[in-house]
Amino acid sequence: MIDIRGLSKSLAGKKVLDGLSLHIDKGVTCTIIGRSGCGKSVLLKHIVGILKPDQGEVIVDGKNVGRLNDKDLAALRMELGLVFQGGALFDSMTVAENVGFGLIEHDNISQKELLERIEESLSLVGLCGIGNLMPAELSGGMKKRVSLARALCIRPKLILYDEPTTGVDPITADSINDLIRSLHDRLNVTSIVVTHDMTSAYKVSDRIAMLYQGKIIFEGTPDEVKENDHGVVHQFVRGLAHGPITETLESGHRICP
Amino acid sequence: MTRFFFIYFGRRVRTFLYFLGGIANLSFQTVYLSFVPPFKKERVIEQIKKSGYDSLPIVGLVALFIGFIFALQTAYFMQRMGSEMYIASLVALALVRELGPVITALVVAGRVGAANTAELGSMQVTEQIDALEVFATNPIKYLVVPRFLALSIVLPLLTLFANAVGIFGSYLICVNKLRISSSMYLQVTSEAMLFKDLFTGLFKSIFFGMIIAIVSCYEGFNVEGGAEGVGQATTRSVVITFISIIIADCFFTAIFYFIFP
Repeated sequence: MIDIRGLSKSLAGKKVLDGLSLHIDKGVTCTIIGRSGCGKSVLLKHIVGILKPDQGEVIVDGKNVGRLNDKDLAALRMELGLVFQGGALFDSMTVAENVGFGLIEHDNISQKELLERIEESLSLVGLCGIGNLMPAELSGGMKKRVSLARALCIRPKLILYDEPTTGVDPITADSINDLIRSLHDRLNVTSIVVTHDMTSAYKVSDRIAMLYQGKIIFEGTPDEVKENDHGVVHQFVRGLAHGPITETLESGHRICP
Repeated sequence: MTRFFFIYFGRRVRTFLYFLGGIANLSFQTVYLSFVPPFKKERVIEQIKKSGYDSLPIVGLVALFIGFIFALQTAYFMQRMGSEMYIASLVALALVRELGPVITALVVAGRVGAANTAELGSMQVTEQIDALEVFATNPIKYLVVPRFLALSIVLPLLTLFANAVGIFGSYLICVNKLRISSSMYLQVTSEAMLFKDLFTGLFKSIFFGMIIAIVSCYEGFNVEGGAEGVGQATTRSVVITFISIIIADCFFTAIFYFIFP
């Protein structure tokens, strides 16, 4: 489903991705873990074609995203759903208009069918009957769910989640994890979850890949991650203050104790 | 010292050229996408209401006071010369050729241009513009084209309204305070204005509308750094639009001076 080969990208003079390679099979939920600012969101933006690679290629469903023309890229994007970290709901529109946005803009479907699809997507995320509310009236967790409903409404083959549990309380975070897992089981979509929340990563993933210094340094099942003794992976998944990640940072930037 | 000066100067020139390139790119894309289907007229109508209809009170108020002030200031000199009846023609020409289009453009730039930058800037920092792209929707087609078309249509109409209200303000002063007869005022006003006076004023106001739309949207798209970035971009948008309008006005005035002497 997704094949990333030698992907490199520099932003503002800093190399964010440095020859990253990753393969994700169809129907698999793969979680990409890594520290904040390590380039996880940049990787997602390459998969949906918002950013173009400096080097390397991103193949989604057999198509090279960086080389598609506008029309083909638009067609590919209608098969993808991206759940943004902050929701990125259009705040001038109601929840229903947000959820149905993709269909309203691109599909000539009847008003009746549109309303049914909106209600179906909202019920999938457990938020029936809130179509008339504005995004400003929703809590952080609800915004993330509505954002997910918006992604689901176009019935995508691939769903990308950018930090789905960041900024919500642990109970809401767990319910979002359940939701990601149940959607995967019910709809059999391929999913990529970007997070630094290990509880979430263990719960939702079939496979976990760790991004460090612009490369994937480890990839395996959640059990393999738990048992892994690679210094960087070990430090990150256990949340240790001291280890190779912080030592590299300290030697590079001389952080004060 | 000299080295630092050249480094600083070089950076400023590079920033300016980058800005010009960005504005040119956005302008070409906006004009091109204005002719590419699908055409969603509801969005243009919504923007016409926001930028045009909702601006009527403030444009009218400013134009009315400009009319009062201009009549009184002109009267100060004309009374000394014993030529009060020329006040009407002077006010009409100044308003229709110059003050109407420029004052309207500056008011709309402050009101609508600033709002455009703040709105698009907030959408940028909250990833709403990325969300549009993910849903295969071109942000320029969706956000800039309706604003561009609306402001190009609305600004000449608002200018026409400002001209009428300004002349009415001057009329009130002249008829009530300066004892000029109503029929005399209206006759002198209509005789003074030629079609070319009205046309040149309205023609340049179309371009002022385009400048407001493009600069405000460009600044909104290029916001970085959260709420502070939105504030800075909004200030920059208003300042750049004001300067651009004045420069464009000078340019058009010179062209019209030689084409329609």
